[in-house]
Amino acid sequence: MKRIALLGMPNTGKSTFFNRLTGASARVGNWPGLTVDLLSARILLAAEMVELVDLPGIYNLHGYSEDEQVVRHFLEHNPIDLLVVIANATQLDRQLSLVLQLKELGLPIVLLLNMADEARRQGIRVEHEKLGQTLGLPVVMMSAKYGQGFPQAKQTIEHLQKDAVARTADPAAFARDDELEARLERLVSNTVHVPVSASQGLTNRLDRVLLHPLFGLPLFLLAMYIVFEAVYTAGTPLQDGVAWLLDAFKEGYVAPLLGGANLELQSFLLEGVYNGVGTVLSFLPIIVLFFLFMGVIEDSGYLSRSAFLMDAFMARLGLDGRSFVMQLMGFGCNVPALMGTRVMRSRGLRLLTMLIIPFSLCSARLQVFVFVTTAVFSPAAAPLVLFSLYVMSFFAAFLTAALYRRRLPNDEPLLLELPPYRFPTARQMLLRGWQESRQFLKEASGFILLGVVLVWFLTHYPFEVQPASSATLAGQLAEWMAPLFAPIGIDNLMSIALLFGFVAKEVVIGALAVIYGASESALPGIIAAQLGWIEAYSFMLFVLIYTPCLSTIAVLKKESKSGWFTVVAVIWPLTLAWLVSFVFYQTAQALTAA
Amino acid sequence: MTLEQLPTGQRALIAEVQGEDGLRARMLALGLRAGREVAVIRRANLGGPIQVRVGSTDLMMRRKEASLIQLTVIETLR
Repeated sequence: MKRIALLGMPNTGKSTFFNRLTGASARVGNWPGLTVDLLSARILLAAEMVELVDLPGIYNLHGYSEDEQVVRHFLEHNPIDLLVVIANATQLDRQLSLVLQLKELGLPIVLLLNMADEARRQGIRVEHEKLGQTLGLPVVMMSAKYGQGFPQAKQTIEHLQKDAVARTADPAAFARDDELEARLERLVSNTVHVPVSASQGLTNRLDRVLLHPLFGLPLFLLAMYIVFEAVYTAGTPLQDGVAWLLDAFKEGYVAPLLGGANLELQSFLLEGVYNGVGTVLSFLPIIVLFFLFMGVIEDSGYLSRSAFLMDAFMARLGLDGRSFVMQLMGFGCNVPALMGTRVMRSRGLRLLTMLIIPFSLCSARLQVFVFVTTAVFSPAAAPLVLFSLYVMSFFAAFLTAALYRRRLPNDEPLLLELPPYRFPTARQMLLRGWQESRQFLKEASGFILLGVVLVWFLTHYPFEVQPASSATLAGQLAEWMAPLFAPIGIDNLMSIALLFGFVAKEVVIGALAVIYGASESALPGIIAAQLGWIEAYSFMLFVLIYTPCLSTIAVLKKESKSGWFTVVAVIWPLTLAWLVSFVFYQTAQALTAA
Repeated sequence: MTLEQLPTGQRALIAEVQGEDGLRARMLALGLRAGREVAVIRRANLGGPIQVRVGSTDLMMRRKEASLIQLTVIETLR
C-alpha cells in the first residue's frame, strides 16, 4: 500500500487537515522501532487505498526533542511515497525553514499553506506559484478549518501519489542546513508580503485583559471555575435523564425478558452487567460536555496564555508553564497529557511533570465525584464540594513537585508560541464530541464490563450466602483490608470499589452499583443512607489522589522507560492519598465530636 | 543591549543569537534570527516570562533566554 506522511510545525492545523481528509477514521498504529504511537488512517485516494500517517509537530529536524527524534526515525526507516508538509500561511517568515530542511531529504513533497483565510485577513500576500517554482515543488493555499482550497489540495496529493515511488530519507541530510538563514531570508522576501502592521487587533485587545499583570490569573481561574460549573449544571440533569431511560428500559423490556431464567443468571445480567455498565453509561452526557468545553479552551489559544501566567510560580516548583498546561490537559484524561510531555527536552523536567499529571482530576474521577456529591451533599453545597476537590488536585500536584524537585532538577529553556485566539467551528466541536463518545463507549464495553463482571462475581460468590455480605469473597477480601481503610472512614464495601478503581476510575461507580445491587436511579439514595458527609469526602479524597488507572501506569512506564520511576509514581500517590484521607477523617471526626 | 533589557513597546533588530546549538535551532524555528525586527509586548510579574513579537509570531520566553539575544535598537514605537 502507498504511504503518505503528514508533517508540519506545531500550530499549523495539521490535525484539522488530517481529520478533514480522513473523515476522522484514524486509529493509533504501531511502527517498527518507534516506542510511541502515531495516528494513521486508510483512505481512498484516486481509486487507490493509501495509508496516511500523522507525524508529530516539530520545529526542525535536528532531533533535540523526542518528537523530533520520532520524525527522524520514521522518515529514515519507513519508505514513503509522498510527504505532505503543512505550513501556517501567516507565519511563512519562519515556517519555511522547516520546508527548506525537508527538501534536503530527497523525498517527494507537496506544500500546503494552511490558514489562508487568516493570512488574507491580516493582509499577508503569498505568491504561492512563485514560491512553488523557487522551491521546485507544488504549493497550494487552503483553509483546513473552513474547507476553501481543500479540493485543490486533495487533487494535488492524488495526482502526485499516482506515480510516486516509495523511498526513505537520506540520513545524512538531517543535519545539513548550510546557509539556511540566508536562503530563508531570500525566499521569504521574494514571495511573502506582510503589511507593515499586520492586524491582530482582537488578539491584542484580548491579551491586554487576559494577560493583565494583576487580573490575568484571577480571570483565568474564574474562567476554569465557570467551565466546571457549567459542565456540572448542564450535565447532571442530562445524566439523570439517561439513568431514567436505562432504568425504564430495564424494567420494561430486559427484566421481563429474563423472567424465565434462573436466579443467578438474572442477578448476573441485571445487577452485574446491566446496572454496572448502565451506571457508567449514564455519565456519557457529562463526559461529552466536558470534552466539548475543554476542546474550545484548547483550540482557543488560552492554554498557552495560562503557561505565560503561571510560569513564574511553576518555575519555583522546578517546573515550567508547559507543565501547568499538561496538568490542565490531564483534567480531560491523564494519558494524552503524559504523552504531551514529549516536547520537553530535559529528563528532569519531563519526569517531574509526569509525576504531577496523575493528580489532575480526570473526567473518569469527575464521574465518581459528581455521583457522590449529588448523592450526599445538598444541591447548594455540591458544586462547592466539587470545586474544593479541584483545589485539592492542584495542591497534591504542587506539594509533590515541591518534594521531588531537588531529585529531578532541570535547566530547560522555555520558548512557547502564543497563537492568535481562535474559536473552533461547530463541525470541529461535533467531531470532537463524537470522538470522545466513541472512546468512552469503547472503554465501557471493554474493561469496564470486565471490571463489573468481576465485582459481581466477588460480591455474589458463594451463591447461597447474602450478596455482598462478609461471607462472600469480596467480604473476606474487604475484612482483610479493613485495618488499612477503617482509620480513613472507608467501610468494607466501599474498599472493594476502591480496589477496582485501581484498574479504571469509571469502574468505581459501576462497582458500587453492583455491590449494592441497585440501579442507576436508586443508587444515590442508598449511598446517601450509607455514608455521612465526612466518610464521603474522605472517600473522594482517596479516589482523587491514589493511582489513577492501569492505562496511566502503563504510559508512565512507557514514556519514562524507567522501572523505579514507575514504582515511585504508583507508591507515592497511594501513600499521599492515605495520609490526606487520614488527616481529614480523624480531624473532622474529632471536631464534630467536640 | 539584549532582548531582556529592551523596554516594553520598543522595537529593535536582532544582531546575534547566542546559546547552545539546540536552543539556537529552536529560536531560529520560532523566527528569532539575525536581522529580524523584535518587540517586547509585556513582561509577567515576579520575574516571569516576557511576551515577544517577531514578524507575525507572538511568543513567550524566559528572561534568561531573552538575555542571549543581542540587539541593535532602531526606534521607539508610536
